[in-house]
Amino acid sequence: MISPARPPARRIAALLAGATALLLTAAGCGGGPAPGEVTSITVLDYYTDEPEHTQWAQTLSDCGRTAGVKVEQTSVPGASLIPKVLQQASSRTLPDLLMLDNPDLQQIAQTGALTPLDRYGIDSSGFAPGILSTGTYDGKVYGLAPYASTVALFYNQDMLAEAGVAVPRTWDELKAAAARLTRPGRYGLALDANATFEGTWQFMPFLWSNGGDEKQLDTPQAAQALQLWVDLVKSGSMSKSVLNWTQADVHDQFAAGRAAMMINGPWRIPALDKDKDLHWAVAPIPVPRAGQTPVTPLGGEVWTVPQSASKARQEKAARVLACLNSPSTMLALAEQHFTVPSRTAVAARYAQQVPSMAAFVESVEAARARTGELGVRWPQAATGIYTAIQSALTGQQTPEEALRHAQQIATGG
Amino acid sequence: MRSRSRPVAEARSGERAARWMFLAPAAVYLLLFFGYPVVKNVVMSFQQYTATTFYTGSAPFVGLQNYAKVLTSDLFPKALLTTALFTAGSLCGQFVIGLGLALFFRRRFPLGGVLRSLLLLPWLLPLVVSGATWRWMLDPDTGVVNAVLRGLHLSSSGIPWLTGTSQALVSVILVNVWVGIPFNTAILYGGLQDIPPHLYEAAKLDGAGPVRSFRHVTWPLLRPVVGVVLVLGVVYTLKVVDIILVVTGGGPADATETLATQAYELSFRQFEFGRGAAMGNVLIVISLAFALVYLRAGRRARSVREGIA
Repeated sequence: MISPARPPARRIAALLAGATALLLTAAGCGGGPAPGEVTSITVLDYYTDEPEHTQWAQTLSDCGRTAGVKVEQTSVPGASLIPKVLQQASSRTLPDLLMLDNPDLQQIAQTGALTPLDRYGIDSSGFAPGILSTGTYDGKVYGLAPYASTVALFYNQDMLAEAGVAVPRTWDELKAAAARLTRPGRYGLALDANATFEGTWQFMPFLWSNGGDEKQLDTPQAAQALQLWVDLVKSGSMSKSVLNWTQADVHDQFAAGRAAMMINGPWRIPALDKDKDLHWAVAPIPVPRAGQTPVTPLGGEVWTVPQSASKARQEKAARVLACLNSPSTMLALAEQHFTVPSRTAVAARYAQQVPSMAAFVESVEAARARTGELGVRWPQAATGIYTAIQSALTGQQTPEEALRHAQQIATGG
Repeated sequence: MRSRSRPVAEARSGERAARWMFLAPAAVYLLLFFGYPVVKNVVMSFQQYTATTFYTGSAPFVGLQNYAKVLTSDLFPKALLTTALFTAGSLCGQFVIGLGLALFFRRRFPLGGVLRSLLLLPWLLPLVVSGATWRWMLDPDTGVVNAVLRGLHLSSSGIPWLTGTSQALVSVILVNVWVGIPFNTAILYGGLQDIPPHLYEAAKLDGAGPVRSFRHVTWPLLRPVVGVVLVLGVVYTLKVVDIILVVTGGGPADATETLATQAYELSFRQFEFGRGAAMGNVLIVISLAFALVYLRAGRRARSVREGIA
């Protein structure tokens, strides 16, 4: 049924690659074109949406110019990036510069298809440790993210003012606020609890902030976090449709005034800004008890240099990667995409320049990499977590039962 | 004698070669695009085939381990039952409505041909598009289906089409029925055209009303086609992934998780390609059983038709 790799074709490709390498060596001996003469490199990312696509095309070509190469950018939809990368890995046609969603880096680095960045003398000092760990596999840095994002609580200022509700900071306040903000045709809170890794991603801040951990899911801390979501649905403050909503759906509900608050990421800000009648603001995700700091998951994409037959192309790609991660580029990117620069010094400067992003800058500092503890075993745990969310929110299982099952999925499958 | 038998043998072998040459394109196509993937999938199901395999090419053989894991997972019996219900439900709906429409369109009336071709539209629409539209229409809070039900006072709170663990399966079946009606109508309509009109005339002369002529003329002569439609329907429905993924994503709480969506999930979300392949092969075996029925039905269809002629 599914046959993404074809060994015979691969063998032929390997033979061809070998032959090409021989030819190149021969050409080098004969004084042919110098190997440094790389005029263009290929780049693969998933920035298909506008204006993101055009903005990235500009940044990449600017960085290409500093490295002296033309950049040929290909963007594929998010869901097809990994299948495409796997195909390219087996046919040895990986791009020179590859973008990956950070939780996927472990899997791809484990295959051996990526090169460690220390080989190119890339400076990874000054990066926030959490962000650096998303790009680190087996103690070596394989990918660097110029910026990071995370989720926070967006709220409709008019609706909160009208209901006389203060911005919730704790779970109890969140429940009370959501209940008071709920009206016919409007829910207090919207979030993404769907049966994909997106649902897991939105649950992580609640799990982690309460002291829960993905290594051991059947704990009271995890059960309390899940109970909070169950209570929100049971009380009617949150639509049961959260079971199906993607983060884009959550955004639509909020933008249409059908939800007074939502959990979402800063990449929604450009779209929210377009609607002049929508008065919104951002606050950190509520924590179990007053005074705690929310622990949120790190989002964002890492840039990597895949294995390739041409050292010269890799060098060029690495120079573009270094440029993307330079303080000035990351500051510009962060401003463009409403994200947080990865270098702490740059982030601090950014928070002063763009005060509306302060909530995110603060959250990113304490944020955790989803793959930080489990590495390549993260997908199983993530599957367990969203399965538990779905079972608990539909009332099939209590949070405790659901999380016991999640732990089984995470450890054995 | 000798000199005469030689050219005959030569002619015969030439004929045989020609026969093979006519067969070759089809055979090569089948081997390349059906044989290879199937064999590859079977081999994969005995290997530990992960993301790493794509780069390194190494996939150690693990015997029946993938099958053991897939068949003993607690999701398997549930997904098997869901697959059976989904297939049976979809087929019933598609077939009954499809047959009704085929009988209806056999009458001649103005714009009948236009309507019949319009009926094919759901078939032409990309499944992701129709799936997304249905998801939107079935949304429990804002969907048009619940709005209509509320407006007609048939349901005060609306039906949790996509969020109820028992309703979600009904919803995906409804969508799949809608998608499958054109196929059923088209094939059954074709089957009806094959029934010689003089049989109906004879039945009428014998005093048979519409019900009796359906029971004694239409149904027996249509039965071989019915067999073909149903078997093809089973095979097409077993492997449905896109509709379910778009409409419910297999949820809520795995309520619409079938063997096919499980195979997708294992391969492309968890990168367990070996186990995904094992799950895929379970589906192939089930489909194969129905394909054998189909072959027999086809043979019967031919003999019945020869009987009429």
